[in-house]
Amino acid sequence: MDGDGRTGLDEPLADGRARRTWPDGDTRIPDWIYTDPDIYRDEVDRIFLGRHWNFVGLECEVPNPGDYIRSYVGPVPVVVTRDMDGEIHVFENRCAHRGVEFCREYRGTADSFICPYHNWTYSLKGDLSAVPFRRGVKGKGGMPAGFDMAEHGLRKFFVATRGGVMFASACADMESIEDYLGPEVLEEFDATFDGEMKLLGLHRNIIPSNWKLYQENLKDPYHATLLHTYLTTFGLFVSSNESKILVDPLGRHGGLLSRRPPDRPDVSEEDQSNMQAFKKAMELNDPRVLEFVREFDSKWSGSVLTIWPSLTALRQTNILNTRLLVPRGPNEFIMIWAVFGRVGDDEEMVRHRLRQNNIFGPAGFLGIEDNEALKFLQDGLMKAMPADGLALLGDDDETPDTIITERAIRAMYRYYRGVMGL
Amino acid sequence: MSTALAKDRHALREARFEIEEFNYEYAATLDRMDVDGWVEFFTDDALYYVVARDNEEAGLPLGLIYCEGKAMMKDRAFALLNTEMFAPRYLNLSITNTRALSVDGPLIKATANYLLVETLVEETSRVQQVGKYYDTFRRTDAGLLLAERKCVYDSVMIENCLVFPV
Repeated sequence: MDGDGRTGLDEPLADGRARRTWPDGDTRIPDWIYTDPDIYRDEVDRIFLGRHWNFVGLECEVPNPGDYIRSYVGPVPVVVTRDMDGEIHVFENRCAHRGVEFCREYRGTADSFICPYHNWTYSLKGDLSAVPFRRGVKGKGGMPAGFDMAEHGLRKFFVATRGGVMFASACADMESIEDYLGPEVLEEFDATFDGEMKLLGLHRNIIPSNWKLYQENLKDPYHATLLHTYLTTFGLFVSSNESKILVDPLGRHGGLLSRRPPDRPDVSEEDQSNMQAFKKAMELNDPRVLEFVREFDSKWSGSVLTIWPSLTALRQTNILNTRLLVPRGPNEFIMIWAVFGRVGDDEEMVRHRLRQNNIFGPAGFLGIEDNEALKFLQDGLMKAMPADGLALLGDDDETPDTIITERAIRAMYRYYRGVMGL
Repeated sequence: MSTALAKDRHALREARFEIEEFNYEYAATLDRMDVDGWVEFFTDDALYYVVARDNEEAGLPLGLIYCEGKAMMKDRAFALLNTEMFAPRYLNLSITNTRALSVDGPLIKATANYLLVETLVEETSRVQQVGKYYDTFRRTDAGLLLAERKCVYDSVMIENCLVFPV
């Protein structure tokens, strides 16, 4: 490099960490927030284990007393249980003795958890209930006399639920989940989540990109109108739809809301010429995939909510899912999709949802495109010369029906910089 | 061994041989990404269903791919060839351990193990999916066709995405 600053690397700090300065203004996003391991470690402390509610699953994943699932708070493995009184608990999947990740099943039903290494036993609430040879053998060995079982339970998270959705936080004094979401986002959240959900199944995939890029992806109506043939051609999300881009006052949560036309979308010639993915003449051999059975009291046929930091919630036509983002270092995250229907669904409605779910998921028509795009994006951020990404589209004071915009992405990073001290 | 048993065993062995040939052609078709050709291995009313093993074992019906009938398979083939954005790749599908379980008139129940190895540009080859087919074949005038192929995959944690069918 010829010293003209193109590498963007400043002198390191005294502790060896890179000196990081956010570029001027909020229309530029520096590469290093997606690739720097120091930034990632700060995110775990300040965001996932900080003052936030982390999505951990749906109550319909643990419908009965004794049911449990593996889940995550940020990168931290947790177990989510329903105890014999029906209460939800979230605790670390790490034995209090030596640290074994003891729960190895995707899901199950149990009356206690026993660490396989030394058989320390925990209740469904995460309390330590048994330690083998606590008094030693023949009066020798064993735990010190003052060992207090009550002080050696699993580390517990604080829990909130709303409409069948479960959240956990490491902070004791969090605001309520309702206040956390705020009234506008809560209204859209409640429109989908009323507690009457029935689990259809899970998808799991590993995406080789930074976790924030997924939050961005679902705050980005610009790409939705360009990348995805199924969204545009069949009017699920397209420039001619009535739409609303929702951003909460702090900038951390958002929504892409859209109303599908009754027939094929009426897209202007000019808009069509901008959209490579729009295939006007495309017809489906089996149009059942796109049928819309009205089931929610909402003007929006499509609602994508991004709930900071780890949840995205989708209601698109009759597809209902949540996606849990599990970061695994700066360059990779896992996505756990919980796909659900409604308690009252008959067999045909279940099959309708299964057919429609071909559009989403890790082999879905949209899923393939988004996952591939995010992989390409992370490759660029990791390998190319450092630079800033641009988020210039639209205005921060535009009306919420503006869809060629990056307003929601800018808002998210204003919030992020505050939390991260950047 | 009774004559009837020997006859059954012979019929299963014949069926297995036929299914092995069928599966080799099926794999060769997908290896060259000929998804239009892939559709032709199925009856019009066939069910093609790719499901994660943990969902299957928990009685959860969600499919990674769920095609009820050949028309849905055609729509997927069209999307893959004409509208989907994905990275270039080589596919290598192996189908082994074929077992014919029963022959009942025109219907044959069978299973096989499958392994899809995917290779992307400047990346090492990796297992994209490993699983087992639970098949129902039907003898038709057009030869042996799949009336149902349920692909139950062990590789529950999917690397990025599954682009082509297995």
